[in-house]
Amino acid sequence: MIQVLLARLKQRHRTMKYPAAPPPEMPDRFRGRPLLAGSKCPEGCRACADACPTGAITLDPELRLDLGKCLFCTECEQACPQNAITCTRDYRLAVRKRQALILAPDQAELELAAALDTKSRRLFGHSLKLRQVSAGGCNACEADVNVLGTVGWDLGRFGIQMVASPRHADGLLITGPVTENMKLALRKTYDSVPAPKIVIAVGACALSGGPYRDHAEVQNGAESVVPVDLFIPGCPPHPLTILDGLLRLLGRLDESKTRG
Amino acid sequence: MTVSSFHPAILYNARSLSLDKVPWYPLDQFQALIAQGVAHDQRVCACFGTASEEPDAVDLYVILAHDSENHLSAARTTVRGKQFPSLTPSCPQVHLFEREIAEQFGLTPEGHPWLKPVRYRSSWRRGQDAWNRPEGQPIPPAVGDFYRVEGKDIHEVAVGPVHAGVIEPGHFRFQCHGETVHHLEIALGYQHRGVEEALLGGPDKRSIHFAETVAGDTSIGHAMAYCLVVEALAGCRKSARAQSLRAIALELERIANHIGDLGALAGDVGFLPTSSYCGRIRGDVLNMTALLCGNRFGRGLMRPGGVYYGMEAERDAELLKRLKAARLDVTNAVNLMWETQSLMARFEDTGPLPADVCRDLGVVGPAARASGLSRDVRQDQPFGIYRFVQIPVCTWHTGDVFARAYVRWEEIQQSFTFIEEQLQAFPGDAHRVEPGRPAPNTLAVALVEGWRGEVCHVALTDSQGRFARYKISDPSFHNWVGLAYALRGQQISDFPLCNKSFNLSYCGHDL
Repeated sequence: MIQVLLARLKQRHRTMKYPAAPPPEMPDRFRGRPLLAGSKCPEGCRACADACPTGAITLDPELRLDLGKCLFCTECEQACPQNAITCTRDYRLAVRKRQALILAPDQAELELAAALDTKSRRLFGHSLKLRQVSAGGCNACEADVNVLGTVGWDLGRFGIQMVASPRHADGLLITGPVTENMKLALRKTYDSVPAPKIVIAVGACALSGGPYRDHAEVQNGAESVVPVDLFIPGCPPHPLTILDGLLRLLGRLDESKTRG
Repeated sequence: MTVSSFHPAILYNARSLSLDKVPWYPLDQFQALIAQGVAHDQRVCACFGTASEEPDAVDLYVILAHDSENHLSAARTTVRGKQFPSLTPSCPQVHLFEREIAEQFGLTPEGHPWLKPVRYRSSWRRGQDAWNRPEGQPIPPAVGDFYRVEGKDIHEVAVGPVHAGVIEPGHFRFQCHGETVHHLEIALGYQHRGVEEALLGGPDKRSIHFAETVAGDTSIGHAMAYCLVVEALAGCRKSARAQSLRAIALELERIANHIGDLGALAGDVGFLPTSSYCGRIRGDVLNMTALLCGNRFGRGLMRPGGVYYGMEAERDAELLKRLKAARLDVTNAVNLMWETQSLMARFEDTGPLPADVCRDLGVVGPAARASGLSRDVRQDQPFGIYRFVQIPVCTWHTGDVFARAYVRWEEIQQSFTFIEEQLQAFPGDAHRVEPGRPAPNTLAVALVEGWRGEVCHVALTDSQGRFARYKISDPSFHNWVGLAYALRGQQISDFPLCNKSFNLSYCGHDL
């Protein structure tokens, strides 16, 4: 017993102060929201679009980058002869409308997720129980959702909890492209959640199919099966990106504190 | 015939071989080669079908590991018609490979004792179905007969696909008498998203991303195996620094996952101190991988020809500093477990897997080492930097949950030491070279000791140097049946603990 207490002293209190203070610094090589310097593009250049593994970059008629499809892999950055694409360290990526993830040249801010309406916030704002459904995910998104439950992040302090049954849940958190073999289970799980309910899609697969887009075995994301209220891009999204999205949805983020 | 009468092509890990050097045997001799090899302590790393030049036929390939001689071998055959005699009754190690061949190519291994689909998908060959299912009809996952134990008081428990935790989907069917589990059958396939099919015709711009997402927690392991295969096909030579950085990333992945597993095992028996400390420390290690490449799972680091990101002296120093801090923290957190009798009582003698069963089933990784088998690709089939720097193989002999936990702890410590040494070993040097183009009509094999065990990638190229077949075997493909076996005679309430002690991948199995 004394060893347990000594260990407790040694391991210290580790829960981060965020969102009452700025979050931990992202690593210098972290790949967050890209910035497109459209004016640098030479006429007819397609290098970025050709290099993109998931077709996230389109040029017709103008340069656009769909962050819902983006794997944040830097292939476009490497391919661009003009260095017109750079990844910033901006981790804030969650949006309410799928369209808001389509990034235009020189766009330095996404239309980040708005809070739920007053009635929903009264219901979920201080207690949000979620059922997680992995529908063809590679377990990376799942792992970094799990991380939010560890002492450093302590999701429980916001009243957000992953629960064991959809009957106990206020909504679903979905990862993976939704495989043919998970379509029915996802639908049934969704139907089992009592209304009103919310759906959060996490990761490139759940947003667009990710690397598995257009495979015969998958559905190109959660939205093809259930309505989605919050989209969190990334492959996988950083835990901070996920937490930022959840807090925005619940209207619990005060950016005057988190932006330092 | 005896083993000496066969002459399969000798092959080394992460090397290639011209396809015409892979010997062809008639089916019965091909099977005898596998059976006799396995009887002489060889292992089946992969056994798979591929399109044949002959119409209405399928070629089968096998990759065997001769661990004691530190090399691999390859052989092939051709199956004509719609069936072939199953080898499983005399060589259980091929049971799932035969089911996979049946599912992908519509060939029936006659006499297979439990011929069910693996991933619940249609055959790759139109109109050829091993179960004579009508074409175009949906194939509902995990629907079909399950192995049943008969008796008045026997009851069946069905769990999944959607589980209670943040876990991937799978279906578990237990045959119980009271609390005691007599049999567990595991039906997977829910995560099947067509990885192998999509790799055909590659390498292309998506290929590396498939490799990185075969199993997200093994992004480094699978991406490394993919890179080794592509480099072997192209005859690419990497710098020592690149090989060293790859190994550092692979060992970080091992440390992070093992720490996470030890924490989760502690959590499963309600020992919260180790559970919460390890949960956090695992995150610290993932952040070290992010220090290397910006991504906590190592996405974007492994690229054919080396690694995408280099390391400067300051980054080396920062990593070393963080490693030392994490090592102190995790030592403190994990030693608490071994000192706690109530925890040890739950770990010891729970879910035992005997060594001979491991050997018969071809179990790999920490699960095999926990049953006393000295089986580790880094030692037995060395590749990259492991050819020059050996990491001791950690084994334990009891095969229970404790052994699977303790082996992980030993491996964590070895990996820490290895990284600390490597960080000082190869400064400077280019970290990436141009890999070159894959050679045509060539076979390449790469085995990587991922944190869960042997990750095996095999590629066959066509006359244009494109993938005519790309076979992936995640360690989970070998080990799921080991978990089912370990549950026999155990209490059903110990399932979560046993399951976590293997911590197998659903997506890595389902592909």
